[in-house]
Amino acid sequence: MLEIKTLHASVDGKDILAGVDLTIGAGEVHAIMGPNGSGKSTLAHILAGRDGYEVTGGSVTFAGQDLLALEPEERAAAGLFLAFQYPVEIPGVSNSTFLKTALNAVRRQRGEPELDAMEFLKLIRARTRRLEMSDDMLRRAVNVGFSGGEKKRNEVLQMALLEPKLAVLDETDSGLDIDALKIVADGVNALRGPDHAFLVITHYQRLLTHIVPDHVHVLVRGRIVRSGGKELADELERNGYAEFGYDEAA
Amino acid sequence: MAATVDTVDTVHAVTAQKYKYGFFTDIEVETAPKGLDEDTIRFISAKKGEPAWLLEWRLKAFRHWQGMVEPSWAKVAYDPIDYQDIHYYAAPKTKARPKSLDEVDPELLRTYEKLGIPLREQELLAGVEPTVAVDAVFDSVSVATTFKAKLEEYGVIFCSISEAVEKHPELVRKYLGSVVPYSDNYFATLNSAVFTDGSFVYVPKGVRCPMELSTYFRINAQNTGQFERTLIIADPGSYVSYLEGCTAPQRDENQLHAAVVELIAHDDAQIKYSTVQNWYPGDENGVGGIYNFVTKRGACRGRNSKISWTQVETGSAITWKYPSCILQGDGSVGEFYSVAITNNCQQADTGTKMIHIGRNTRSTIVSKGISAGRSQNTYRGLVRIQPGAEGARNYTQCDSLLIGDRCGAHTVPYIESRNRTARVEHEATTAKISEDQLFYCRQRGLGQEDAVSLIVNGFCKQVLQELPMEFAVEAQKLVGISLEGSVG
Repeated sequence: MLEIKTLHASVDGKDILAGVDLTIGAGEVHAIMGPNGSGKSTLAHILAGRDGYEVTGGSVTFAGQDLLALEPEERAAAGLFLAFQYPVEIPGVSNSTFLKTALNAVRRQRGEPELDAMEFLKLIRARTRRLEMSDDMLRRAVNVGFSGGEKKRNEVLQMALLEPKLAVLDETDSGLDIDALKIVADGVNALRGPDHAFLVITHYQRLLTHIVPDHVHVLVRGRIVRSGGKELADELERNGYAEFGYDEAA
Repeated sequence: MAATVDTVDTVHAVTAQKYKYGFFTDIEVETAPKGLDEDTIRFISAKKGEPAWLLEWRLKAFRHWQGMVEPSWAKVAYDPIDYQDIHYYAAPKTKARPKSLDEVDPELLRTYEKLGIPLREQELLAGVEPTVAVDAVFDSVSVATTFKAKLEEYGVIFCSISEAVEKHPELVRKYLGSVVPYSDNYFATLNSAVFTDGSFVYVPKGVRCPMELSTYFRINAQNTGQFERTLIIADPGSYVSYLEGCTAPQRDENQLHAAVVELIAHDDAQIKYSTVQNWYPGDENGVGGIYNFVTKRGACRGRNSKISWTQVETGSAITWKYPSCILQGDGSVGEFYSVAITNNCQQADTGTKMIHIGRNTRSTIVSKGISAGRSQNTYRGLVRIQPGAEGARNYTQCDSLLIGDRCGAHTVPYIESRNRTARVEHEATTAKISEDQLFYCRQRGLGQEDAVSLIVNGFCKQVLQELPMEFAVEAQKLVGISLEGSVG
């Protein structure tokens, strides 16, 4: 469903990705682990279509489409979702308005009828209950004054609402205490299924005990240097990235 | 491609490119010859069959104006206006004043229909309570006022100011120029000399006006200035909410609009005055557009009276406008909520004046300026606390949002406090729409235009929510935004 072939990319003339190959089938959960600066977040941003990155080689196919040719909103409509490492604040726009606008924008692009206020309310209430979120968070402005945990839960709420074919979680575990981490993981696990694949980007193994991946990849200096099953994550947790020429303390 | 460039294009699309009201109505008009002298004023006065006192007042203003100099302190730049190259009167040729809508030229009715302004009372569904009454001013004259009869049941007078001069001369004579004197400033003095029409509202003691009152201004004729005069009087304990809207055809030359609005609120009375200003702003190179030089002032004469200005300013090549409150009555309240959007070559210098005279008077100022393109957007505000204004309070918040890197936002607050018990607060912020915000919205499926709309809508929310519900939609569409707050 997602096929990345020898992807090269640079920022300000500096090469960040040096030939990434990765294939994700429908419903699969993949984890990408790697030290700081290995290109994990760059990969996430390039998949989502953020400005400021230059793709210098390779290709990305998503659900049969040339992903790199699409605008960010078209990628969203095609079923690609990015859970942000640093969710953005939008003052004055209530969370529920934002969610409804996003959902209907995606539905419109997909040729589906838009939801009216009542239908939306019903849907959103069901989703917030599952994530143990209060209705209060729907009335507040998007991410404004949210704690770190609330922001990440809000990302998962958006994901649960938009039901993407592929969700890319960019260091969603950073800054979360164990309770918040479990709630986020529960949200992801609830959505897991044959129609929903995940690419979990993380520095630590911690999240992967709650979201158990089918495949684990190690990204170092812009290349996937090793792939394996979930046991690879445990190994990295024990030994760090030293064997790939990285000293964590540096 | 930088997101900011995209954003500029988007806002561009929202304003100048999509100016939907740029059409011209082909209708026979009667105009005064170009130019301004005492004969022009006598011509206007005679056309309106005015009493001698009003002609005298006009002439007094004109003589005063001749000795005045056009103000130059605002942060706006424009070529000199040739005051002799303007028609000061243009009116559709019809019989005297139409008695009913049936007598109004169908071409005019169609024009307002095209603008989305309902002028036919009978078209309302049976059993539905009307919520808005409209006075339609076309070039120099009022062409129709709806629901006058219904309002009369409550003792509310809502008519054109020409009709008020004829039917309620004692009220007009008592209040005209009592808030904005004929000698006030260059443009107000010009208006006093040549004003042609406008709206008049009187709400009697203890009456809550049952409908929103609205005046819709349309400049149609070429090389014509519009000089309207609005006078609203709220007797003790009364309440009225009034809204004005304005549009003009798309033309290559600039047209002058110099209006005066006077509000008087007596004891415990409240006036809520809202403006959705969408005059033609000119094209992307700054060709054409309306010069909007307007004097608006409200007097809170009575105890605990309240005047609230809300404005959404999106049009005009130049906006020069400072709706103000004179807080005379003890415990009176003044409010100013403003959204000013400028794009391309538009220039806006707008703000308010809050003059605290009475004890325990309070004022609130919330100004949101959004600049894009090569536009210049200035907030200019005065808060003055007079020595007797014991316990006066003011809160001012000025926020500016920049889109792109060629526009300007300026905040010029003047604060004069002559009473030690007064408390004056001023907060100001300037921000840019961030690429992070845009990308976040787009990743969730919003197109660039919708993303900008949503962010700008959020930025303006505090002001937009002050508009009467009936007009909020128009304003939101104008800002190019989706409906905010429909859920949750």
